[in-house]
Amino acid sequence: MIRTITATVNNSSGVLNRITGLFARRQFNIESITVGVTENPEISRMTFVVNVDNDRALDQVIKQLNKQVDVLKVRDISGDTIVARELALIKVVSTPQNRSEIETLARPFRASIVDVGRDSVTLQVTGDHQKVEALIDLLKPYGIKELARTGATALKRSSKSQSQELKYSFIQ
Amino acid sequence: MSMDLEVEANMQAAEQTDKQMSGSQMILQSLVEEGVDIIFGYPGGAILPTYDEIYKKGIRHILARHEQGAVHAAEGYARVSGKAGVCIVTSGPGATNVVTGIADAMIDSLPLIVISGQVATNVIGTDAFQEADMVGITMPITKHNFQIRDVQDIPTVMKQAFHIATTGRPGPVLIDLPKDVSTNVGTFNYPKHIDLPGYQPTVQPNRLQIKKLNAAIKEAKRPVILAGAGVLLSGGSSELMTFAKTRNIPVVTTLLGLGSFPETEKLSLGMAGMHGLYTANMALHESDLLINIGARFDDRLTGNLDYFAPNAIVAHVDVDPAEIGKNIDTDIPIVSDAKRALEILNASEEENDGFKAWHEHLNAYQEENPLWYEEDGETLKPQKLLEMIYEETKGEAIVTTDVGQHQMWAAQYYQFDEPDHWVTSGGLGTMGFGFPAAIGAQFAKPDKTVVAVIGDAGFQMTLQELSILQELHLPVKIVIVNNASLGMVRQWQQLFYEERYSHSLFPIQPDFVKLAEAYNIPGFKVENPDEARDVLKKGLEMDGPVLFDFRVTSLENVYPMIAPGKGHQEMEGVKP
Ligand SMILES: Cc1ncc(C[n+]2csc(CCOP(=O)(O)OP(=O)(O)O)c2C)c(N)n1
Ligand SMILES: [Mg+2]
Repeated sequence: MIRTITATVNNSSGVLNRITGLFARRQFNIESITVGVTENPEISRMTFVVNVDNDRALDQVIKQLNKQVDVLKVRDISGDTIVARELALIKVVSTPQNRSEIETLARPFRASIVDVGRDSVTLQVTGDHQKVEALIDLLKPYGIKELARTGATALKRSSKSQSQELKYSFIQ
Repeated sequence: MSMDLEVEANMQAAEQTDKQMSGSQMILQSLVEEGVDIIFGYPGGAILPTYDEIYKKGIRHILARHEQGAVHAAEGYARVSGKAGVCIVTSGPGATNVVTGIADAMIDSLPLIVISGQVATNVIGTDAFQEADMVGITMPITKHNFQIRDVQDIPTVMKQAFHIATTGRPGPVLIDLPKDVSTNVGTFNYPKHIDLPGYQPTVQPNRLQIKKLNAAIKEAKRPVILAGAGVLLSGGSSELMTFAKTRNIPVVTTLLGLGSFPETEKLSLGMAGMHGLYTANMALHESDLLINIGARFDDRLTGNLDYFAPNAIVAHVDVDPAEIGKNIDTDIPIVSDAKRALEILNASEEENDGFKAWHEHLNAYQEENPLWYEEDGETLKPQKLLEMIYEETKGEAIVTTDVGQHQMWAAQYYQFDEPDHWVTSGGLGTMGFGFPAAIGAQFAKPDKTVVAVIGDAGFQMTLQELSILQELHLPVKIVIVNNASLGMVRQWQQLFYEERYSHSLFPIQPDFVKLAEAYNIPGFKVENPDEARDVLKKGLEMDGPVLFDFRVTSLENVYPMIAPGKGHQEMEGVKP
């Protein structure tokens, strides 16, 4: 199962190393990690998307993270209403003839063209994992030259969830 | 106090604490602040400024002859004294030589402070002479580690290091000290408080879970206590005694938990696990309530998890929440210091039915399945040797072991009635541990008889530390259980590799007695079993160090045994 976990950590050297080392040696599968400084420059927030086999493995991920002295707080926010976003830069093969077609296609995703070359355009999209995936799928037939994407970064929403369905989805 | 006096007193206090010091002076002053009275180490380039201060300050330093000896001695000291063991080494090879000891302390939860020299900050990362990335290397095998970049951070780091090493679940902490940091000068002000928001071990049990456990005991018909190292590390042996006795529940220990409950007590079923006693393992297997206090359900204890305590409600007291539910599903999780949990359990008086039938059942197991070995009339049986050591030391010695068959025989045949008298490498199974650990143990308890029970092979991994015995006339008694083989390896090859003894038999050995003589240590070789007791007696009575080379039956196996992949109910070699 895929879970989204956030951790606030001391913004000291080597912390990322500690965490990735921990994941590797305990055989936890990480789909993505993002790190960035928080409103407090001494503290960073990490967002992990992990793929775990069962509840026991998930429990271990959280407990082992918590054991790290530099980790201040760990939360599994998968069950909460959260805002989770990824960013992707997608360089697509494009000719002057189909450029507007690609633009039209990107519009509902609120993706923007951030670079134009002779035979390619680069699109920037932000959104949840599914949205980014969906756009990439649609662009594949044109030929994707290069793809760079961040992992998910996430925050809990301030408002409480309205329904059960909403609770377990990343829908905006 | 008048205003003036107060001001004066404050000024004096400030003078004492806010002193200008070099980094290495700060390191030593921090050790003094932490009450450290002995350190084990080995000098070299990057740590020379600190050694210069050791020279000046006169803090007690034991020079090992190999850094591995120093770190295992620090471990032995920690296990017996309950204080942090301190080890100090130079950068690069000095530091990498202690990696095994750090890993050993990590897995067996021993409080250890390792100070490693490092190349100067301006050349870190340039592959400088004797540079090794110790923070990187030890990250997975320390509870935490630090590299000090600024001399001003030394007091805080030292304070935090000791706090982390000795509280919660103890463990090793490495402090990497670049040479320039150790010579830079700053103000020394040892912090009174610790500010570690990310490190807040839970040591008080949740009352609700304690209630649940009390209720479960009330319902139980076949309860058993599994006592692990956590009982010893928390100093909770007498609380365990009260708990077991008032509730009338039998006690099984882990290998590392030996001594947490007196083995000669009626309620004791002895050690469980791969070479544990039949009754101890069967008690776990047949229990309907398993109360684990401070053990981590290690695989050598549990055997095949599929068959482990299949009918038991599992309660688990552990100060490390990550251990709870890691290997075994737990019904009653109690995150707490073991002693604290026992105190609270003991404060509530709960009735139970005395478990009469269960005790009778287990007693019958004990009578039918005692430990056994067969004399052959020719050779000294290693089991017999361990029995003799137990008898001749009246069960009062501190026993350290190396790793292998002799370790298991020591665990089986020496009856530990007191806490902190047993020092062994459990989780890592580190050959070379036992002898230097005995040295550390002897420093912790100078008046105690310390017996190092060592294999003929393991001894050769760290025997250079005979120098310490010679130099300081340290009265460690070394018992080499000499089966002229890597006994435990040979046993596995016999049982699981069709007797293909690949590299496990020693056709040639050093003359251990002559070796001892080279260090001016009296040595005794014993080939005739009839002489064994007399020689042992005589040697144990001698003042200083002694080495015994006991030639024992060489093809003896350790039984009973749970073969790999098997469950507790499938023990082999239970009877002759
Ligand atoms: C450092 C290290 N290397 C290898 C092993 C694997 N090993 C476990 S027991 C053993 C044999 C030990 O022989 P000895 O010290 O003579 O003890 P015995 O089993 O004969 O009592 C070996 C090689 C180990 N535990 N530690
Ligand atoms: Mg041997």
